Amino acid sequence: MLKIWSMKQKQQQAENAQPGKKKKVTAAQLRVQKDLSELSLGSTMRTEFPNPDDILNFTLTIEPDEGMYKGGRFHFSFAINQNFPHDPPKVKCTQKIYHPNIDMEGNICLNILREDWKPVLNLNAVIVGLQFLFLEPNASDPLNKEAAEDLKTNREGFKRNVRSSMGGGSVKGQTFERVLK
Amino acid sequence: MDMDGASVNGSPAGMDRKRWTYLDRILNRPGPFTDEEWVPGEPNIESLERMKILGAGGLGCEILKNLALSGFKDIHVIDMDTIDVSNLNRQFLFRQADVGRPKAEVAAQFVEKRVRGVKITPFCGKIQDKDEDYYMQFGMVICGLDSIEARRWINATLVGMVDNDDADTLKPLIDGGTEGFKGQARVILPTMTSCIECQLDMHAPRAAVPLCTLATIPRQPQHCIEWAHIIAWEEERKGNDTLDTDDPEHITWLYQKALARANEFNIPGVTYSMTQGVVKNIIPAIASTNAIVAAACCNEAFKIVTSTNPPLGFPGTNNYMMYTGDDSVYTYTFEHSKKDDCPVCGNLAKNLEVDPNTTLEDFIASLAEKPEAQLKKPTLRTEEKSLYYQSPPSLEEQTRPNLKKKLSELVSDGEQIAVSDPAFQITFKFKLVFKK
Repeated sequence: MLKIWSMKQKQQQAENAQPGKKKKVTAAQLRVQKDLSELSLGSTMRTEFPNPDDILNFTLTIEPDEGMYKGGRFHFSFAINQNFPHDPPKVKCTQKIYHPNIDMEGNICLNILREDWKPVLNLNAVIVGLQFLFLEPNASDPLNKEAAEDLKTNREGFKRNVRSSMGGGSVKGQTFERVLK
Repeated sequence: MDMDGASVNGSPAGMDRKRWTYLDRILNRPGPFTDEEWVPGEPNIESLERMKILGAGGLGCEILKNLALSGFKDIHVIDMDTIDVSNLNRQFLFRQADVGRPKAEVAAQFVEKRVRGVKITPFCGKIQDKDEDYYMQFGMVICGLDSIEARRWINATLVGMVDNDDADTLKPLIDGGTEGFKGQARVILPTMTSCIECQLDMHAPRAAVPLCTLATIPRQPQHCIEWAHIIAWEEERKGNDTLDTDDPEHITWLYQKALARANEFNIPGVTYSMTQGVVKNIIPAIASTNAIVAAACCNEAFKIVTSTNPPLGFPGTNNYMMYTGDDSVYTYTFEHSKKDDCPVCGNLAKNLEVDPNTTLEDFIASLAEKPEAQLKKPTLRTEEKSLYYQSPPSLEEQTRPNLKKKLSELVSDGEQIAVSDPAFQITFKFKLVFKK
């Protein structure tokens, strides 16, 4: 044991750390803080923090300026736990929308939110991924099977369905939330 | 254990020493790897008996037994679990009659009875229930925790405790972990060598199946269970109940949903116990893996305390032993490097003397002028509060009013703040000490 301390002294770190009784910023907070500072949201996205002191829970709003979902305003909740970045953030769409990769409960099929998440990825990657879902809805990874089927077999019909669902209309018996700006 | 007790029970000359004949051969004779300055005999026995060591978590039975039989005399043990009937196949300190009792307590009693002269102090609870004052009393911490969260917590706590002017504040951390046939043992000298946070990428993330597979084309019984767990529950029951994986009614409901779905897709194999396993993410524990990893950990503890052999974990030497038992019996030992930008040990909190009457705005300006920092666009927070965020815009706006406030209104004397800046990879940590 004595040997370890003499090695420590040899390392001669110039730090003057003191043991503190106060709570320390957690590793997850440090990482989220870094991720937030590297966020590039552009004009189509913004974040909202219901409690600004809690950076682990916030909402993201996406307003696509092109593609089939142009003119809509979509809200997502982000919940990050203390295991971040080992665990991915939990992201959900808080509105009921018609989208092949998002189900009625707001679950999202985005590979980097689940099976392909890696700690080297950051919040920006997730946000870019979400934005991409509105530009290029993906019929091969369906969570809403009917919407995916529509997109695959009848693109024009799918577009019409998107428009009517965004206006608060119903598609095949399901009524959707009005999300137009 | 106090010294009086040690000299009565554990006197090397006494009769009790007979039990330790084989151990004494290592403690009393120099070997090919002992240091020139190493003194055989008494001092080693003394340091073993005086070493107050803390064991925590799931490898408990093995670790406790090994420590007691390696000559440690003052062992503390923390575990939050109670004994379940499914533990009895490998957690050999427990008997049928103990089911339902706290593990730490039963294990302590058993080992105290079997190994004379050892004192074991149990605590039934979470490691997070204890503070730095508690951890400060130990010479070393050895854990076999079952979650990454708990590992990160104990790691950050021990790193944060190191005071460069006080040798007693540096507590070697020995971490063991197993998952099925695989396991690892590693030694961390907090602030000196690679820590658990540096090694976070060594934990394989839990294998996940794409959500769309679960929703549309399940192929395995586990897919059906996962579907019931994440999708069916939310659709049908979320509003009324939060899922409790220990509630048999909840598991039964999930099991029946999964079974119905499996029948629909002609997938055989969904069972109640598989449902439990998938939902609670249970990976079968294998007794021999636990034994091997716990033995490796306790061996390291013994070597560190007695200096009878070079242990894992000295700076510039190997600190990580991985064991793979599913593909023959393979071990590999290597040095995991310390990460310069590790958020826990990469940059330790520096003291910074500040005038409590300075506004946050002026404090930020002073950070830009500090030659070693030169933080031009810093973002700052404490554990509790977001002090000022440069981005995203909504958070900037919400935290902007803080700029005009005095530091004394925002932080307390001695509180730690984390400062990040897009120009730097690392986050700086400062402990703000108020000028008197």
